[in-house]
Amino acid sequence: MPKRTGAQIIWECLVHEGVHTVFGYPGGAILPAYDAMLDYPVRHILVRHEQGATHMADGFARAGGGVGVAIATSGPGATNMVTGIATAMMDSSPIVCITGQVPSKLIGYDAFQETDITGITLPITKHSYLVTRVEDIMPAVKEAFHLAKSGRPGPVLVDVTKDAQQASVEWAWDPRPVQMRGYRPDYPITREDLTRAAALIRGSRRPVILAGQGVIQSGATRELVALAERIDAPIAMTLLGLGGVPASHPLNLGMMGMHGEAWVNHAIQEADLLMAFGMRFDDRVTGNVKTYAPHAKKIHVDIDPSEINKNVRADAAIVGDLRETLVDLLDVLEPADHEQWLAHIDAMKGDAAVRDIQKLPDTGHLYAAHVINDIWRITGGNAVVVTDVGQHQMWEAQYYHHETPRSLLTSGGLGTMGFALPAAIGAKIARPDAEVWAIVGDGGFQMTQAELATAAQEGIKINIAIINNGYLGMVRQWQEFFYERRYAATPLRNPDFVKIAEAHGLEGLRVEKRSQVNDVVERARAADGTVLIDFRVEQEDSVYPMVPAGADLHAMIRRPERTVLAETGADPI
Amino acid sequence: MHHTLVALVEDKPGVLNRVASLFRRRNFNIESLTVGRTAEPGISRMTIVIDSDQASAERVTAYLYKLVNVLQVEDLGTVPAVARDLALVKVAVAGHDRSALLRVVDETRAHIVDTGEQTMTLEITGEPPHVDAVIRRLEPLGIVEMVRTGQVAMRRGDSTLSAAQDS
Ligand SMILES: Cc1ncc(C[n+]2csc(CCOP(=O)(O)OP(=O)(O)O)c2C)c(N)n1
Ligand SMILES: [Mg+2]
Repeated sequence: MPKRTGAQIIWECLVHEGVHTVFGYPGGAILPAYDAMLDYPVRHILVRHEQGATHMADGFARAGGGVGVAIATSGPGATNMVTGIATAMMDSSPIVCITGQVPSKLIGYDAFQETDITGITLPITKHSYLVTRVEDIMPAVKEAFHLAKSGRPGPVLVDVTKDAQQASVEWAWDPRPVQMRGYRPDYPITREDLTRAAALIRGSRRPVILAGQGVIQSGATRELVALAERIDAPIAMTLLGLGGVPASHPLNLGMMGMHGEAWVNHAIQEADLLMAFGMRFDDRVTGNVKTYAPHAKKIHVDIDPSEINKNVRADAAIVGDLRETLVDLLDVLEPADHEQWLAHIDAMKGDAAVRDIQKLPDTGHLYAAHVINDIWRITGGNAVVVTDVGQHQMWEAQYYHHETPRSLLTSGGLGTMGFALPAAIGAKIARPDAEVWAIVGDGGFQMTQAELATAAQEGIKINIAIINNGYLGMVRQWQEFFYERRYAATPLRNPDFVKIAEAHGLEGLRVEKRSQVNDVVERARAADGTVLIDFRVEQEDSVYPMVPAGADLHAMIRRPERTVLAETGADPI
Repeated sequence: MHHTLVALVEDKPGVLNRVASLFRRRNFNIESLTVGRTAEPGISRMTIVIDSDQASAERVTAYLYKLVNVLQVEDLGTVPAVARDLALVKVAVAGHDRSALLRVVDETRAHIVDTGEQTMTLEITGEPPHVDAVIRRLEPLGIVEMVRTGQVAMRRGDSTLSAAQDS
């Protein structure tokens, strides 16, 4: 067997795992690995902040369906990854983070750039490894990939001491599949559970399917649509589920929850059966759990047994892969017809339509909803859109209609501002042929703006739409609704974003009127390099409907009439 | 209500930290936690006593299974089990009538394990309520130091909890 250093073994393993791109930032404790990297066929994307590396790995994983890899040095390099790791954990995104650690003899002595990164990330990783011996590198990296992508996916951290990277050992790749005694991600679906669920479905008159990210992660789009059509049940989507069922499908109602459509939330509250498929009843989708779907029996299908009965008690539960479960259910369920129920839900849409700012005449004002809807129209709904967090994120979910899985990437569980730009870069690398748009607030953009330099250096072509409202808009909205419009620390005095793009050698454009949107968006699409567009939108618009945090799901704040009047020019406020 | 959970875990660095961190992070209160070896090399056994309702105990069990190094979890509240706790109690004897102390020892199956000039050290073993009761009787005599191991427990009868079997 040939001799290999630990540093070489890291890259050998990555190459064997099919990795061709890593996102990282070097430093002392990871230097041996960086030196060895030059001899392996792996592209390294040099980020500007390690948080960027983790979000890029995350965007890469979400867009492409594989595992994203981020790499950093010990101490500050590792701690800079924390936000990205927590983001990936909350949204079950498979990433592997490799960090250098001080030499094993110095661990515990507060050595230069020593931090206990496995300790710090313990509650925000699916699992983690501290590797101090060269022989342990391969098992740790192999297990890390296995854990990251199997079962309920998630981030895994492998912390490798510098001496383990430097030491050598006789080494060969072990092609055997990973066996871990305490880790059994595959749950057999039992006939008994299926029978109970099927009986509830047969007995239902007002069913609603709740489709989450599990649909995307298990690749269950086709089966879910087939089931919905078979039993004639409407589908409500979580934020992370969007794209899992084509938005244009007649049974797809749209998004549920805090900023879900009114008819969707009402349908849930009136339902007699909820079929939760790969979703976890997050508080942002249930509102007050005590009054949530009070008439409904609940069927919960999830790959993670600890989600069952966590937030909402299930009347029937199936733990296992969603796609397989749906195949099994399709085997036993006969066609049903819920015409009246569907007509009832449809009738509720009329009320929403009159309030939809999309339907109002163009007054020359530029609204975020218009911008996003125009981007949807111009891109034919075929772009991969990566959002940041805030109002623009919710408008994206409402006004960009996603037809395919993995076409919307957004930080749902953690709500991490700064996600969009780096995740979009990662997404573009995973899917070089896709048209990638980052839709980002003026606040959040500035959190990871440094990654513009990464895009420029690496020659990565994405389009960036800054929805510039001059505010930390979502927080401003809460202040408007719940804190008497006292705008504490939410107005932003922003830099000139066009000049910032230009300073990076990138094209920057500005849009102030709706009539300009089309041409500028087309120009960005046609350009070879990354283009940033500064959309100057209405400053004090709000996202409607809104279920205040902890309120009943049906108690939505609706777009007020007076704003409607303002839109039509009748009442200028 | 008290729940006694038994977990078989791989004996790897940081496992105790992972388990303890889980209880802290999910906001459960640990009453006692003991760890020790089992008959199988590489496998440790934890006994964790928590004060929670049945639903919470089920959630803890599910969360424990999420830890990669946890092999088996059982709630011994749901099956017949034997439970033991051990306490060492140092009681002041100087200036006292020792007969009161010796009577407690006599009546409670406590053992005198050490005798000093000012103190006597007792070992009390038994079901946790028994240990509690003995300690209550010793309190008026003057306890100067005490340590308890926390509960360990095992199913009654021939059935066993082993790392090899499936959940
Ligand atoms: C890292 C981080 N800090 C703070 C917040 C709280 N927060 C949620 S939305 C928001 C405002 C976002 O402002 P902006 O990026 O301009 O987007 P907008 O809401 O205006 O569309 C803030 C501060 C967060 N989600 N993430
Ligand atoms: Mg803003």
